[in-house]
Amino acid sequence: MDLQELEKRFQEKIDKEIKIEPNDWMPDEYRKTLIRQISQHAHSEIVGMLPEGNWITRAPNLRRKAVLLAKVQDEAGHGLYLYSSVETLGADREATIDDLHSGKAKYSSIFNYPAVTWADIGTIGWLVDGAAIMNQVALCRCSYGPYARGMVKICKEESFHQRQGFESLVTLCNGTPTQKAMAQDAMNRFWWPALMMFGPSDADSPHSAQSMKWKIKRFSNDELRQSFVDATVPQAEILGLTIPDPNLKWNEETGHYDFSPINWDEFWQVVNGNGPCNKERVEARKKAKEEGMWVREAAMAYAEKRAMRKTA
Amino acid sequence: MSNREWPLWEVFIRSKQGLNHKHVGSLRAPDATLALENARDVYTRRSEGISIWVVESNYIHASDPSDADAMFEPSDTKVYRHPTFYEVPEGIKHM
Repeated sequence: MDLQELEKRFQEKIDKEIKIEPNDWMPDEYRKTLIRQISQHAHSEIVGMLPEGNWITRAPNLRRKAVLLAKVQDEAGHGLYLYSSVETLGADREATIDDLHSGKAKYSSIFNYPAVTWADIGTIGWLVDGAAIMNQVALCRCSYGPYARGMVKICKEESFHQRQGFESLVTLCNGTPTQKAMAQDAMNRFWWPALMMFGPSDADSPHSAQSMKWKIKRFSNDELRQSFVDATVPQAEILGLTIPDPNLKWNEETGHYDFSPINWDEFWQVVNGNGPCNKERVEARKKAKEEGMWVREAAMAYAEKRAMRKTA
Repeated sequence: MSNREWPLWEVFIRSKQGLNHKHVGSLRAPDATLALENARDVYTRRSEGISIWVVESNYIHASDPSDADAMFEPSDTKVYRHPTFYEVPEGIKHM
């Protein structure tokens, strides 16, 4: 069968909503796009543990600490589901991780912002996990089977992440004026970066059209961003927090909230390595791999020695 | 840096007594003991299972998807293997 025929059959499967599985024929570009997207998604889960992990020992009480620990552990698990998905495409897991460390691979730019107060932890759960869920729910119907199945499991687990964050903010917003101010300050810093999580505007997202055709993506960046704003504004009202956008208002005609244009310059600055914590995040990941290498090597040597004894 | 990566393992979980083990994903581990422990932490954080199997991915032999037509077509064409293929007179019970 020639390439054109293979590609035609592939697209027919996609159009008929038949999932693509690891050993099925797929265009090189489909494979490459998925390897890039899934590995970057995995890196985001792993790097995402850093801002929150920093607060585990400083959580205000045992309940919040247990919850945060469980959440961070989930992020590790999600990273692992995704790395194993990317391996089904023939990618080398460690090579994708080395790409993160060399700066070749990206991860969600939101994790390049610091979590400086306890209110940031609640806000990350509410807004950052909220935005991630909005993206990931759409990915549950992705045409690539292993990625879609991973997303289903991740979405199930992440709904608690958003709720625990919101609950924590409800407590702060009903607390002292200082606590409420702390929550508002976190909102002020995280609102715009959370909206940027959906990626560049459709007009500046060159791969989007092909990804939509292959059903890797089901909704455009701008559509998902709008759904997030529409879902989140009423939640902010319940908290009594002000969204830092003077132009935010309900549009009767469209049935959506209007909001100010995003500062794309800031977005690209952070994506390209100049956010407040880019260096620190990548350094922490490199250090984890380099300084943990002896553990991996020792475990492997031990396993090999035991296997040798068994056969001897 | 080590050039010997931990092998890949496939993970199967029995969600409850009476059901079969089902494939849930894969992970890397140096040996079977750690593969089981890692599988516990990665795939059963919310009471998803009561039993885990792990098998090194190398040992799995899979049918080739491009042979699927030839492999499974013979069974698709044998509708008489299903009870609905047969007509029985009105009023027949327990059949």
